[in-house]
Amino acid sequence: MNAWQFLLTHRAEVLAATREHLILVLLSMSIAALVGVPLGMLIVGHPRLRAVALALASVLQTIPSLALFGFLIPLPLIGGIGAHTAIVALVLYALLPILRNTYVGLTSVDAAILEAAEGMGMTEGQILFRVRLPLASSVIMAGIRTAAVITIGVATIAAAIGAGGLGTFIFRGVAMVSDAVILAGAVPAAVLALLADFLLSLLERRLRVN
Amino acid sequence: MLARRPNVKAEETPYMTNPIIEFRQVEYQISTIASEPILSGISLAIHRGETIAMLGRSGSGKTTLVKLINGLRRVSSGAVLVGGRDVHDWDAIRLRRGIGYVIQETGLFPHLTVRENVCLVPRLENWPADRVASRYAEVLQSVGLSPSLYSQRYPRELSGGQRQRVGVARALAADPEILLMDEPFGALDPVTRAELQREFLNLRRNLEKTVVLVTHDVREALLLATRIVLLDSGRIVAEAAPEEFLKLAHPVAREFLAAAELATGGRQ
Repeated sequence: MNAWQFLLTHRAEVLAATREHLILVLLSMSIAALVGVPLGMLIVGHPRLRAVALALASVLQTIPSLALFGFLIPLPLIGGIGAHTAIVALVLYALLPILRNTYVGLTSVDAAILEAAEGMGMTEGQILFRVRLPLASSVIMAGIRTAAVITIGVATIAAAIGAGGLGTFIFRGVAMVSDAVILAGAVPAAVLALLADFLLSLLERRLRVN
Repeated sequence: MLARRPNVKAEETPYMTNPIIEFRQVEYQISTIASEPILSGISLAIHRGETIAMLGRSGSGKTTLVKLINGLRRVSSGAVLVGGRDVHDWDAIRLRRGIGYVIQETGLFPHLTVRENVCLVPRLENWPADRVASRYAEVLQSVGLSPSLYSQRYPRELSGGQRQRVGVARALAADPEILLMDEPFGALDPVTRAELQREFLNLRRNLEKTVVLVTHDVREALLLATRIVLLDSGRIVAEAAPEEFLKLAHPVAREFLAAAELATGGRQ
């Protein structure tokens, strides 16, 4: 059976897995953005916290994804088998690009603009929210875009700890030595990644100021 | 808004004779660089309605001097008084909202429209919407721009001269008593610069603001200022009204005049 035939005969199953995959990615990305962007804003003014946060996020990024899923399983509360453990791991992976781009975006605003803002009597909070954040938004969005593409890919491995998603087909295909089954998971995952990359790049361009 | 001067009673000290800005033996030094101070021995009184040109070469400390007035820099010793009150004792935000600040064209916010740029401080000050609207129209007209034509445009859509006009309009928006202008016309072509300088003269006559203008252009200083303060290596080396400035014998003043080919009359 070739990949196309498999896709057609298992249409409903592939669609369900795609939906699972999307939910996994959307939940993880939302949490990562809700944590990463404010954390990035916080570390602009706190150099010591910045060093710790960026180092920690970088180290997490270096752990092989399958190993990270494995490490999380025995942990209480966040661990175990299933989607919630996978989400924790995906959030940890998505954190670095979002955190780093938020920090870089906020700190690369033209010094003359910041001094004008300060000279006009804007408070630090007003400068952060009305000047730095809008001017950094496209760089932050670029971080979210990178994170989304990574997350869609890594989420296929989440099937190894019972989180479902498109990885289910990939693992099954590997076990069955069937390219068709592997492709039934890999192709939709690739399409999702390309689509996310494209749509978020449109958003990123809209947010760009100059 | 600069009238809050708790230490000064109006009947004791007539309002008009009190300097609005005063430097008292000001030193400014960046602590990490132990060598030459950036400013030293600066004493200067600026009175209401004056237009002071801080004239000097690059690195003479003129920009720093202006940033001491709105508290963007803090003196190492001595004091800067605004409205009779030490800048250190002012709430920095209140002080700055009462001082218009114009810098070279980079100072406009690129993500905000002309209207949003101009109305920023009035909005931060919670002016009612109708007052913001009428003030926007007023200041934009005063710098020679059509309020409706430009309101939705972004700084990148404007020419250098238009940007600079918007910068002046923004600084005037909250009707401050003091206007600080750091080389406002520096990045413009000579024709546009001359045009804006002429308009600035008219504007100044109508507004009766106290203006501190930073420039390295002696012609600009002579044209716009009521008094020229000449800075060299962080010190005030001369101070004169424009007509007297032409006759100054100080070598730095002569250099400036010679460079602008204005040195014929006064050489001794």
